[in-house]
Amino acid sequence: MTTAVADHHHDEVPKGITRWLFTTNHKDIGTLYLWFSFIMFLVGGAMALVIRAELFMPGLQVVNPHFYNQMVTVHALVMIFGAVMPGFVGFANWMLPMMVGAPDMALPRMNNWSFWLLPFATTLLIASLFVPGGGPAAGWTIYPPLSIQGGMGVDLTIFTIHILGMSSILGAINIIATILNMRAPGMTLMKMPLFVWTWVITAFLLIAAMPVLAGAVTMLLTDRHFGTAFFSAAGGGDPVMFQHIFWFFGHPEVYILILPAFGIISQVIPTFARKPLFGYSSMVFATAAIAFLSFIVWAHHMYTVGMPLSGELFFMYSTMLIAIPTGVKVFNWLATMWRGSMTFETPMLYAIATVALFTVGGLTGLMMAITPADFQYHDTYFIVAHFHYVIFCGSVLAMFSGVYYWLPKWTGHMYDETLGKVHFWLTVISFNITFFPQHFLGFAGMPRRIPDYSLQFAEFNMVSSIGGFILGFSQLILLWVVIKSIRGGKKATAEVWDNPEGLEWTVPSPAPYHTFATAPEVR
Amino acid sequence: MTERNLRKSNRRVTGWLSLWVVGMFGFGYALVPLYSVFCEITGLNGKSATLSEVSAAPLTIDKSRTVTVEFTVNVSGIPWRVDRPETVRLNVHPGEATTVIYEAHSLVDAMTAGQAVPSVTPAKAARHFRKTECFCFTRQELVGGESKLMPVTFVVDPKLPAEVKTITLSYEVYPANENLTNSS
Repeated sequence: MTTAVADHHHDEVPKGITRWLFTTNHKDIGTLYLWFSFIMFLVGGAMALVIRAELFMPGLQVVNPHFYNQMVTVHALVMIFGAVMPGFVGFANWMLPMMVGAPDMALPRMNNWSFWLLPFATTLLIASLFVPGGGPAAGWTIYPPLSIQGGMGVDLTIFTIHILGMSSILGAINIIATILNMRAPGMTLMKMPLFVWTWVITAFLLIAAMPVLAGAVTMLLTDRHFGTAFFSAAGGGDPVMFQHIFWFFGHPEVYILILPAFGIISQVIPTFARKPLFGYSSMVFATAAIAFLSFIVWAHHMYTVGMPLSGELFFMYSTMLIAIPTGVKVFNWLATMWRGSMTFETPMLYAIATVALFTVGGLTGLMMAITPADFQYHDTYFIVAHFHYVIFCGSVLAMFSGVYYWLPKWTGHMYDETLGKVHFWLTVISFNITFFPQHFLGFAGMPRRIPDYSLQFAEFNMVSSIGGFILGFSQLILLWVVIKSIRGGKKATAEVWDNPEGLEWTVPSPAPYHTFATAPEVR
Repeated sequence: MTERNLRKSNRRVTGWLSLWVVGMFGFGYALVPLYSVFCEITGLNGKSATLSEVSAAPLTIDKSRTVTVEFTVNVSGIPWRVDRPETVRLNVHPGEATTVIYEAHSLVDAMTAGQAVPSVTPAKAARHFRKTECFCFTRQELVGGESKLMPVTFVVDPKLPAEVKTITLSYEVYPANENLTNSS
């Protein structure tokens, strides 16, 4: 590997606001994506705190039920489409070109556009809370008939989903084009870092799943305003069909949220275990297998709508099949750590927490895959606990891991290790205080998406709310760490860590505005 | 790769992927008829057999077996009262054609239009329950205060699974919107 020589007369960085508005530089766009994602994370988190404040005690204290339902819905939409997806696209923008030795993304101008669609889309979504009738209140799955009956806020949500979908499809096309066409000479497919692999597979999932969601919400829109009857029973339509179409998108979507996270921790764990990743090719094939299976398991979200026995059996077995490639991954990570010279810097702590806690979420997922058991868990707090273990501990903790891992490369300064560790322990402990009791609440039968509950659920809800507030405010530490690292701190070397693998560590820290203008040679 | 080849290659990848996006958007819509066909074949969701199937071949009456058919109706969002047939529960032999009559009354002076959506439970009986004459899915208009008889003639197919003893025919009456198209 050679250190790229930056092309000097290109290295001046544009100044002012226009730098960010018109930028086609993958690092600038990556930064924009990451900041946007973080802001949305705080916005969605604030909504979560409204929910937890209401649930602190039985009865109605803080908000009215309709507003509570809007919070539940918009919290989910903001977190999924505003925080997690753009966050991973931000990582992809920053890291993919550097990891494959490309000077930039394949389609830089489209890249700019796919970012700038996001603020407009989320503005629409937030604005929906202030129109007559309020925002969407049917849950993020916007099931009809409730979503057909909702007010203007539902229309704004539908447009939001259209625009966000467009943005992620454009991003996905860009990522695939970059990976297929822009790899440095010698960077064969099976030499690509695992983060690149997981992203190319995610991008294909996005291209296959997002248009289906766009279609489903378009049908919803025409049902609402143009007299079609896809889902409205009055015209001979079928509300259950929406659920089928929605989850045909929805299940691949949850893997869109998790696969790049697998990629990040597959980069982090080898660095801090000081061993190459165990079972590289099995990791690649496991990722592809998960992606394929994601398209044939959608109806496990709707066991209770009344499916024939054969259907429930099919979806039960195919869902349980996913545990195999996922297990391959978990054991590969464990084998990578096995007898490694491990050190526990913040990125590694987050990576280990991801593996451990994601596995908890995976196991509860397996429980819900069993049809008869799911009849008990369906729409209870058990599923709320499950998907927060999967999406918060899988995706978000992995993103934190990635932020701490690459922050020195982005800013040129080491982050504050003590603060990082404080952030880690506060986050992980308060997360478990918040969500572990929700398993018990779900078992005991507490339904989700309802602002009030019976008295016997009071203690666990109070514990959960206290944990939620600690979890929420702990995230400000991350903001502090990032700002501190941007403003100064110990200079980071090009390698940053102890002999890490990957082309991104061959360029100086902070990474120059233009890298790999001449493609590096890969062994 | 030279600069020119790269541009060409990028354009090709973008083109193919865009095509795929358009295709998947269409596939989302295609799922609607696909599911409908699937439900009609399997009788899921209480979609009962179509009219044409019935007129095709007369069925032999199976006197040895009796099935109970129950009738129910609900009205939603329209100022009508719809009475279910006088005999709410009827014992029929499979293969035997039976007619029952629902009666709709308009409760307001203005002209109103409604449409009934049928559903048959249990799902595995749905495709063996055949309606020959039915007001379902057709637009019914009532002028102020008018009443209308709405007959349904049905046959239970002798191929009905043996474990099914009772079948429920349910109608939900909705206001018929001028624009409503019938997707199934």
